[in-house]
Amino acid sequence: MDRPAGAFLAPDNRGSPIRVLLAKLGLDGHDRGLKVVARTLRDAGLEVIYLGLRQTADSIVAACEQEDADVVGLSMHNAGHLTLAPRMVQAVEKAGLGVPVVIGGIVPAADVPVLLNAGVAAVLGPGASAEEVVSAVTAAVGRRRTAPGTAAP
Amino acid sequence: MSPELPDELFDAAAAGNRRALGRLLTMVERRDDLGAVVATRAHRDGGQARVIGITGAPGTGKSTITGRLADVSGAARPAILAIDPSSPLTGGAILGDRIRMDGHISSSAFIRSMATRGHAGGLAVAVPDAIRVLDAAGCDPVIVETVGVGQVEVSVAAAADTTVVVVTPGWGDAVQANKAGLLEVADVFAVNKADRPDARGARRDLELMLDLGHQDGWRAPIVLTTANQGKGIEDLWAEIERHAAHLRESGQLSRRRCQRQRDEVADRIELGLRDRAGQIIESEVGAAVLDRVEHREISPAAAAEMLLAPLTPDPGPES
Ligand code: B12
Ligand SMILES: Nc1nc2c(ncn2[C@@H]2O[C@H](COP(=O)(O)OP(=O)(O)OP(=O)(O)O)[C@@H](O)[C@H]2O)c(=O)[nH]1
Ligand SMILES: [Mg+2]
Repeated sequence: MDRPAGAFLAPDNRGSPIRVLLAKLGLDGHDRGLKVVARTLRDAGLEVIYLGLRQTADSIVAACEQEDADVVGLSMHNAGHLTLAPRMVQAVEKAGLGVPVVIGGIVPAADVPVLLNAGVAAVLGPGASAEEVVSAVTAAVGRRRTAPGTAAP
Repeated sequence: MSPELPDELFDAAAAGNRRALGRLLTMVERRDDLGAVVATRAHRDGGQARVIGITGAPGTGKSTITGRLADVSGAARPAILAIDPSSPLTGGAILGDRIRMDGHISSSAFIRSMATRGHAGGLAVAVPDAIRVLDAAGCDPVIVETVGVGQVEVSVAAAADTTVVVVTPGWGDAVQANKAGLLEVADVFAVNKADRPDARGARRDLELMLDLGHQDGWRAPIVLTTANQGKGIEDLWAEIERHAAHLRESGQLSRRRCQRQRDEVADRIELGLRDRAGQIIESEVGAAVLDRVEHREISPAAAAEMLLAPLTPDPGPES
């Protein structure tokens, strides 16, 4: 079957789109950005599994297993990123999923290197363009797939 | 890299490993060589699960009903396949059914979201394979949610033993359902959002339309539900079970399943031929024939016939 031109494909398969899981953790109700990101990624040819508000690290890991997602995208606006984002990365690792975690929302500049060090694949903030959103997500998937030893256990 | 062989994954999935089941579904979804191996084993081992289709217009409450049904079924390992259309322009999709199911569903349910991936006007080609993978891994029932208007719902009926059509109060819906050919495929009706005015009116409308239609031993029952409050879901499940019993006792179950396999093979032939048609048009021979059409030496019909000939040799007298 033909894939439309410009669609972003998961690197290790013939013509299947990247599957990205989008969620917000805890009591943070700012979901406008996540909805924008969902449409942006859909329009770039990705399959977006939209989990929406009030997720936990456990519920995201469970969904990730069932959906066999290639990447997890979190949107964070409640100043909890320094604890929640590393916890998400650890939960994904502990489950042996080996999928990258990308985050967006309100993250002060000083916190960005801290999060990257903790294993977050990319951090985006207000005003991120559609291109930046798409390339942050697709590049994270690409890096993971080409890095040795990161495939499923 | 650790091996992810289909047989090992099946063993793990049958033992309840969700990760393995997730991988197997991806393999059939990709429709590559590995997918074919998975599909073959799934077909060999499947056939036990009850397959239930939930369909109806957008926003009628299908996902809410589906999640609740998995719960009230009391099954140890229910599975849900939630199908949404891919954008024909970009191939992307937003799969948003899970959000309506997760909240009130027991953790025993396995939920997978699937995009139709460009299969025009129907279910994702991989859906029957995905159903069989879930079945072969020991999930039961397998509940398949499809959204849409027109052909999509009709083809869910082609994948399910029992099809539930969801409508909401108001004349519009029942009439639309009739137009879209839903009345023919419905084994059970759910009039959802019964908390809204005139749910009984909607039931009456449906009854009237059913009176006009033909019957063959089963008249689709109509259940009023308020899915977001969990009301009527047990009654709905009871009617689904009653229909399943009817299928078994009347011998229709095996007949339906036979017909379904036949339809699936026919569908796949059609898809294969369509792919071949594309290849032929693009080929050198195709270009040469098209050239003759362009110069008005032969008609398009004659050109098609010429190009088709090698694809459809006359069956020999022996056959
Ligand atoms: C709109 C808004 C609200 C709305 C939210 C509506 C909704 N449903 O989303 C309402 C009014 C409800 C609200 C409430 C509150 N808000 Co408010 N809100 C905002 C505001 C003004 C804009 C947010 C927004 O929607 N931006 C538009 C979207 C498109 O941008 P975005 O979310 O940043 O997303 C972009 C990028 O970050 C990135 N991105 C985002 N997510 C992801 C995910 C991935 C995977 C990727 C790749 C990219 C990505 O891509 C997007 C596109 O560029 C911000 C201020 C601001 N300038 O950001 C405050 C802000 C976020 N709110 C704030 C606060 C404090 C609150 C309240 C606690 C206020 C209160 N005391 O009541 C409440 C909390 C409500 C709750 N339950 O969580 C603070 C947060 C402070 C912090 N984190 O340190 C902010 C920053 C305001 C401020 N300067 O103090 N808020
Ligand atoms: N008032 C009322 N709202 C309901 C009922 N059932 C579901 N809803 C709401 O209707 C909206 C749509 O429900 P879904 O379950 O997502 O409907 P759907 O048919 O799966 O929607 P699509 O998959 O988008 O076509 C949600 O906001 C539900 O909470 C009901 O019985 N009464
Ligand atoms: Mg739905």
